[in-house]
Amino acid sequence: MPEVQELVKNLADKYGRKRENLLHILQGIVEKERYLSDEALTEVARELDLSAAQVYGTATFYTFLDTEPRGKYVIRVCRTITCDMKGKNQIIQAIEETLKIKLGETTPNRKFTLLETNCMGWCHEAPAMLINDQAYTNLTPEMVIEVITDYVKNK
Amino acid sequence: MATDKLKRLDLIFQEDPEYRHVLERTFSKSNEEIINDILESGLKGRGGAGFPTGLKWKFTGEQPAGERFVICNADEGEPGTFKDREILFKVPYKVFSGMAVCARVIGAKEGYIYLRGEYRFLLSQLQKELDKFHKDIKDLIDFRIFIKMGAGAYICGEESALFESMEGNRGEPRNKPPYPTVAGFRNRPTVINNVETLVYAYIISKFGPITFKYLGTSDSRGSKVFSISGDTPIPGIYELELGMSLDHFVEEFGDGDTKAVQVGGASGFCVPRKKFRETIIGFEGVPTGGSMKVFNSSRSMYNVLHNYLEFFEEESCGQCTPCRVGCQQLIRGIEAVKKGEKKAGYLDQLLKLSETMKIAAKCGLGQSVANSFSSIVGNFREEMIY
Repeated sequence: MPEVQELVKNLADKYGRKRENLLHILQGIVEKERYLSDEALTEVARELDLSAAQVYGTATFYTFLDTEPRGKYVIRVCRTITCDMKGKNQIIQAIEETLKIKLGETTPNRKFTLLETNCMGWCHEAPAMLINDQAYTNLTPEMVIEVITDYVKNK
Repeated sequence: MATDKLKRLDLIFQEDPEYRHVLERTFSKSNEEIINDILESGLKGRGGAGFPTGLKWKFTGEQPAGERFVICNADEGEPGTFKDREILFKVPYKVFSGMAVCARVIGAKEGYIYLRGEYRFLLSQLQKELDKFHKDIKDLIDFRIFIKMGAGAYICGEESALFESMEGNRGEPRNKPPYPTVAGFRNRPTVINNVETLVYAYIISKFGPITFKYLGTSDSRGSKVFSISGDTPIPGIYELELGMSLDHFVEEFGDGDTKAVQVGGASGFCVPRKKFRETIIGFEGVPTGGSMKVFNSSRSMYNVLHNYLEFFEEESCGQCTPCRVGCQQLIRGIEAVKKGEKKAGYLDQLLKLSETMKIAAKCGLGQSVANSFSSIVGNFREEMIY
């Protein structure tokens, strides 16, 4: 059985095949693969007996359910007002220079993707970012370079 | 605190290992007594909308027999709000206890916490605390809580969008009525409360309504957890008595050069310095779900508004035209005025558009864009033009 097919089947076995479980399953795929490929989406539709359009429509509604290939580590820098005021642009610039990619891009080795995101609830410790689920706050350009370099070397 | 004009409290974050005893005592009362305590306390929803909590519980409890749900709205997405994360991190069992009290009153056997995707790092600890809680109360009440994760959509904090999301759909708000008390999650009667509201409901069950009632003002009873950020030397999370004047707030939290405070986040109101004295923070003045953003005179209010509008444009679910197209046009409009492509008078057209959105948009998101738009454009018009 192809890998995606098996993953979807396992998730459907775990969460159930009702419409209500759709988000759980999509989240489970993203956790493993970092994004939802066309194959994964059609496989979910088949497994849950939904139309592919319904599955795609639901997936594309949610920011964290990416339908484009993403790196193993998705970096999301907060762009909302407080983080903006406290220097998120310098943070993004530091990451861009360290990873040699632009905002919205993925490194050629598919290890990192750099994105912006809306308020993630760390305004009192701005600027902030998420790397996958992990939050990093009170960032400075020096600090963010250190964090990213550590990921490059050790993860 | 530097001044004694603000009253600081420690009801929410105070540890309370004895919650089982409190629940035991509460459950010895009748449902009517419990609801009366909540009603008597004057507690209103702490998520921003401010509906009386006791009434929500009462209406749901009065529905014809059958399955009901209690849901904790932890989709804390309003820019500048971060108190719910701290509550769930520090005193999750108080949230669970509030849900249990509600469950008993309305007759729910299942409860759900809808946690925003950005807070996934809380999940494993929260689940551990929840398992412990279930074990602690299993002989007291037949009630289980489950956690559902969001996936990065501000609109899912709107209650009916949240139900849609929990049912595995796009998070698009429903038409109202029916209200959740009649048809919520799975179209069953549902109480949906903010994280903080549930903790206060528990605290009121513990201490009785009097302690709470004597805090705040007649329209805004009790205290509230504020999320304070922006140009302040002491950003953070503070529990304060409701009904303070913005003047006193700025004296305490400002950096000496405060030009404006955005009360209630992107969907809230911008109050300029000249109105600090007359502005009361509470339901009789400017209400807030807790977000207080302080701006000093180095900040461009055009940039602030532009940032908020970008936020709304992206987070609009796109279902209804006034909000979908309105947000886009407001951004284009202020950009055109700033560049001089449109005359300053065009701002009045845009104000009319925002008023139309307030009337015609389907849900609170589209309706509240006008709050920040009209208060920022109204008070800082020259900054929009020059």
